[in-house]
Amino acid sequence: MSHLKRGSVAVVGAAESDLGKVAEHTSPLDLMAQATRRALDDCGLKMSDIDGLFAAVGQVRLSPLALAEYLRLKPNYFDGTIIGGSSFMAHIAHAQAAIEAGLCEVALIAYGSTQKTVSRTAAGRPEYNYYETPFKPFLPASAYAMAAARHMHEFGTTREQLAEVAVAARQWALLNPKAWEKEPLSIEQVLNARMVSYPFTVRDCCLVTDGGGAIILTSAARAKTLKKKPVYVLGTGEAIGHATISNMENFVVTAAAESGPKAFKMAGVKHADVRMLSLYDAFTITPILFLEDLGFCPKGEGGRFVSGGDIAPGGKVAVNTSGGGLSYNHPGMYGLLVLIEAIRQVRGECDKRQVKNCDIALAHGNGGVLSSQCTVIFGSENTL
Amino acid sequence: MQSLMEKSPLGIFIEHIKKGELAYQVCTDDNTPVFFPRVVAPRTGSTNLEWRVSKGLGTVYTTTVVCGKENAKWNVAMIDLDEGFRMMSRVEDIDPMEVKIGMRVKFRAHPGDEKQPPYHVFVPAGGAK
Repeated sequence: MSHLKRGSVAVVGAAESDLGKVAEHTSPLDLMAQATRRALDDCGLKMSDIDGLFAAVGQVRLSPLALAEYLRLKPNYFDGTIIGGSSFMAHIAHAQAAIEAGLCEVALIAYGSTQKTVSRTAAGRPEYNYYETPFKPFLPASAYAMAAARHMHEFGTTREQLAEVAVAARQWALLNPKAWEKEPLSIEQVLNARMVSYPFTVRDCCLVTDGGGAIILTSAARAKTLKKKPVYVLGTGEAIGHATISNMENFVVTAAAESGPKAFKMAGVKHADVRMLSLYDAFTITPILFLEDLGFCPKGEGGRFVSGGDIAPGGKVAVNTSGGGLSYNHPGMYGLLVLIEAIRQVRGECDKRQVKNCDIALAHGNGGVLSSQCTVIFGSENTL
Repeated sequence: MQSLMEKSPLGIFIEHIKKGELAYQVCTDDNTPVFFPRVVAPRTGSTNLEWRVSKGLGTVYTTTVVCGKENAKWNVAMIDLDEGFRMMSRVEDIDPMEVKIGMRVKFRAHPGDEKQPPYHVFVPAGGAK
């Protein structure tokens, strides 16, 4: 089996689209095009330089076709891998493979969603499944809630520890002008909020917002000639577990336990070298599971690891400095924004929430119902 | 191999439910239980799948309570059947918040309605594991 080469490609452009609640009749493609324009301006490349196209949009079934049509691109290479919110981490790995193989040189990865404007149901109607639909699980929340319940049962994790994740996210969000949430949040407020699917209140659940983003990747050689300091792809790992929650084998161990080691092996870095973690926080249980499965703490210790403000500003480990899906923005498949925050931290562009000497950052994506897990480790020039 | 021209795996499962039976498959190549029902066994790729009827006894693996509109609350749980397969269901005849991990439960057929074919639910069987 061949392996991708550490640092062979770099992110050169990264941008969000407008976020939050956009104007009526805005399409996901409008957001993707806007983010693409901003990402091109970020790196100084022209639209005609794009020869690789990667897109996955819940609301647009044939995503690569639709974006190619909107921008009238004629990519040499394209990929519409859609595995939920981790799709874009997978796209990074696939784009790296394509660039290394000479199939394309400048890859665009884009995403957009108007789920807030058109409603979640309109943005993605649930598929009927005889083995689940009759029981009316509130998906995806109930799936993650059952993982949290099992984690609490096996390891003594508490609702207060889950709430710590939401409170830390909110504290980071207050340092990010682009965050949707603007008010402080306490553990008591999380616990006393409206119950959605036990043990989750609405504050254990990610936001529902509009938004999107774009990332531009190219070879390390070309990256050096562009405007911004390149953010190198040091390691990637992809893994899939199941599609439906009924088929998850062990509710307290995710496929991040496979994607993480792959990414670390390729990157050749140690956990202690990672200065910032961008962990897909669809629900408060997910950063806890990923801290464990990626090896930042032993299995079962995640709840204690996040307690006492240890992942909040000023804590032991910087996690989700944007405010995360819980407090910054969560436009459906949020993984692209998970990547953008890690990229910006390595660039040193995060202003008040900037992590010092952030030469290495890890972005971890989760898709479906703890289904797909993909990890990307980014590094600055100092790490090559 | 089972033809899909007359009967489907789900169709056979529902026929059993209509008779008050909880059916599952076993891959006879390696004697592992298989659920949901399939035409090809996972992992082995075998077509040697044998239908069996479960004793209907299981244990709650994990559980949640969904909170709907107007204070409606209902249970959703994952049940580990004693024969070694897992399924989503709900535990009835008990307050949804009283459904606990480890609780022993027993299968009951639910008649369904015009839109939903009959399906499997569970009730407390007494005791815990």
